[in-house]
Amino acid sequence: MSAGEKVITNPVKANAGWKELPIGGIIPQGGTARGFFTGGWRSLTPVWDAEKCISCLQCWIFCPDMAIQVEGGKMVGIDLDYCKGCGICAAACPPRTAAIKMVNEGA
Amino acid sequence: MVAPLKQLSLRPDRLTSGHRACAGCGFPIALKMVLMSTEDPVVVANATGCAEVCTSIFPYTAWDVPWIHSAFENAAATISGVEAAYQSLKRQGKIASDKTIRFVAFGGDGGTYDIGFQSLSGAMERGHNMLYVCYDNGAYMNTGIQRSSATPYGASTSTSPAGKVRQGKVQYRKDLAAIMAAHNIPYVAQASIHNHRDLMNKAQKGLETDGPAFLNVLAPCRLGWGFDPKNILDICKLAVDSTFWTLFEVEDGKWKLSYKPRNKVQVTEFLKTQSRFKHLFKKGNEELLEQIQADIDAKWEELLERCGANA
Amino acid sequence: MAVKQKTVAESHAITGNEAVAYAMRQINPDVVAAYPITPATEIVQIFSNYHADGLVDTEMVLVESEHSAMSATIGASAAGSRAMTATSSQGLLLMHEMLYVASGTRTPIVMPVVNRAVSAPLNIHCDHSDTMGSRDSGWIQLYGENAQEGYDNLIQSIRIAEHPDVMLPVMTMTDGFITSHGMENVFLLEDEEVQAFIGGFKAAYPLLDTDNPVTFGPVDFTDYYFEHRRQVFEAMVNAKQVILDVAKEYERLTGRSYGFFETYRLDDAEMAIVVLSSAAGTTRFVVDQLRKQGMKVGMLKLRVFRPFPATELVEALKHVGAIAIMDRADSLSGEGGPVGAELRAAFYNEEKRPKAVNYIYGLGGRDVTIHHIESVYKDLANILETGVVGPTVRHLGVRE
Ligand SMILES: Cc1ncc(C[n+]2csc(CCOP(=O)(O)OP(=O)(O)O)c2C)c(N)n1
Ligand code: SF4
Ligand code: SF4
Repeated sequence: MSAGEKVITNPVKANAGWKELPIGGIIPQGGTARGFFTGGWRSLTPVWDAEKCISCLQCWIFCPDMAIQVEGGKMVGIDLDYCKGCGICAAACPPRTAAIKMVNEGA
Repeated sequence: MVAPLKQLSLRPDRLTSGHRACAGCGFPIALKMVLMSTEDPVVVANATGCAEVCTSIFPYTAWDVPWIHSAFENAAATISGVEAAYQSLKRQGKIASDKTIRFVAFGGDGGTYDIGFQSLSGAMERGHNMLYVCYDNGAYMNTGIQRSSATPYGASTSTSPAGKVRQGKVQYRKDLAAIMAAHNIPYVAQASIHNHRDLMNKAQKGLETDGPAFLNVLAPCRLGWGFDPKNILDICKLAVDSTFWTLFEVEDGKWKLSYKPRNKVQVTEFLKTQSRFKHLFKKGNEELLEQIQADIDAKWEELLERCGANA
Repeated sequence: MAVKQKTVAESHAITGNEAVAYAMRQINPDVVAAYPITPATEIVQIFSNYHADGLVDTEMVLVESEHSAMSATIGASAAGSRAMTATSSQGLLLMHEMLYVASGTRTPIVMPVVNRAVSAPLNIHCDHSDTMGSRDSGWIQLYGENAQEGYDNLIQSIRIAEHPDVMLPVMTMTDGFITSHGMENVFLLEDEEVQAFIGGFKAAYPLLDTDNPVTFGPVDFTDYYFEHRRQVFEAMVNAKQVILDVAKEYERLTGRSYGFFETYRLDDAEMAIVVLSSAAGTTRFVVDQLRKQGMKVGMLKLRVFRPFPATELVEALKHVGAIAIMDRADSLSGEGGPVGAELRAAFYNEEKRPKAVNYIYGLGGRDVTIHHIESVYKDLANILETGVVGPTVRHLGVRE
């Protein structure tokens, strides 16, 4: 899935006038930042090798952007809508496994 | 003990994607681990700082738990009011008696060691049922890397810059964890993001402690420290292996060491990974490096003594 | 304030602070977070006794500063509970940052403030510099003349603050020592009457509803901040009708009537004093004296300073020839006090407006005597006679 394909609801209507906005600056729903895609910040991209992966979830626990996708306790991919390309996942992956490589997207 | 990663991965994210922290920032790692360590509902208060600014830009919130920011110096006071409301409403039967909510405050080192120090001390002394977590990145990062009382000796910051005659900050760090322990609260601990099990176990203990708890977490800032973010875990590891940063718990007044490096490495190994210390390696600053090493050694000995681990 | 009592309520001889603390007990807030400061300290002390005797359900948070008192109160209110605090002077000043947060976050906190001068030099006695310094913080401000009004205003404030059209914090004032420590006869409601009047508090987005996580106090940039501030403006405007509606209902319960202000012998007055709080008592007395001498004098006692009832004040005063606006605080603009500035501004577009002078009086608890008030009316008479206003800012009762 690429940025913008996800439909993330936000009860706050974009550019709402003062009459429509919830009062007090309250955001009346949790996790609406999922509607803000930070993937565009990336210069390096993690490339994951499913074959090598042992689902130790070291990448998942350290990713500061919750971009490692895990289903049923197994690593299934990286959400590039949010991944900022920091490389922590690749560094956290055990050296003997080395299932994530950072590559230059532009190159 | 906190559940294994596989089990934790089944829990929904409490801090979500889409926040605006720099790529590879340390604080989101600290915060997500703390929130992951319990399945009980939590309410969070956050001090002004990078963690607050990056996660709550209207109308986008990265918090999937109830969250309040009110100002910089008062996360502890704010959460103590929330907790008081909980106690009151629960006593009055307006909250189900079987519902347990945990209360957490997050603050950077500026919001904790410095401007929020009084508010924190007050909340700890009053005995609220809460965990205060300081994500210590060693400076006021959000306003552009100014020195705080947690900034290490010699570090160059925007208000303690290394110049022709001055070599960065000229004071040592405040020992906040010891000060918190002196409040005689049931639980104080120090952790680092690279050791997730240790961090989460401590967070869980702190959250589930009856009474106030304080957790100090090393959470490097790539921008303020000057390093490639992929190295963050290695840098944290060097911090603890050099005993620049120590891992311990103080449970009911009893100090316990959580980690003792098999081979204590020289602090220079840690310092040289970051550009904020780069000037210390210039010719003529050898003495400063020796001083830093001596200070760290003395503090390590002191900690070992406190922990009765001096064997 | 009408004197007739609807019910044959018993009056009690108590101090202003006792009356306020008594109202707090009857309100029975879920959380009180407070820090001592003269002359408000007693309110929390008396309340602590109620707490110690198990007379309230309140959780007390005895914080280490007023900044924390307001912070904890904001947290408690956002949590979904009814939360209160009380303070004076330096305490209010230390809260200053958080006052804006309370109104901006729309937490309907109610706070009695016992007016006291501010440092330096240090002074514990009455003037209005403390709360006048908070006038732009988004709090509704009700000033009370005596213990009865302190009591009545506090109870009404709960309804005003929590009204869905308002959702703003309210501070209710009594004059330090003069009212707070002075003994008066006060008509008190029954506990059940107060509870029935204020009703329960149901927050729209309580933090403690962990199944529906909300975010309080986010970062608001250029794209939304202005809209959120516009909402606060609207709430303040809405508060006017709500204040009147709540007062009507309160009058049905007590027989005591309240509005934005009280007028005294103003209808046919040629000269009038506009004053807040306890000095109104002295002024009323002087009005009667001078009326006996044939002087057409009157008084307007302002109760609601925020929101500022500009239109209503103009309507009430436009027929008067000359007014003296009394300020127990100086805004140090060199042009007088806050009430003086705002009331004169209210008349700006009016064709017909009284001549106006502004008096700074009573700073640091300086006595306001009958003599002083008489001299003000004499000044007004002189202005009317000569048509010359003279100095527009004057200091009453200060040694040269
Ligand atoms: C009373 C007050 N003083 C100063 C500031 C400006 N300010 C905002 S965030 C910040 C620094 C935060 O530093 P820290 O607590 O270490 O958190 P970090 O940004 O490093 O995460 C400062 C000085 C403020 N918001 N409020
Ligand atoms: S590169 Fe960084 S942000 Fe992207 S998945 Fe890896 S750890 Fe997460
Ligand atoms: S400046 Fe530092 S602390 Fe702030 S978001 Fe960036 S890396 Fe994190």
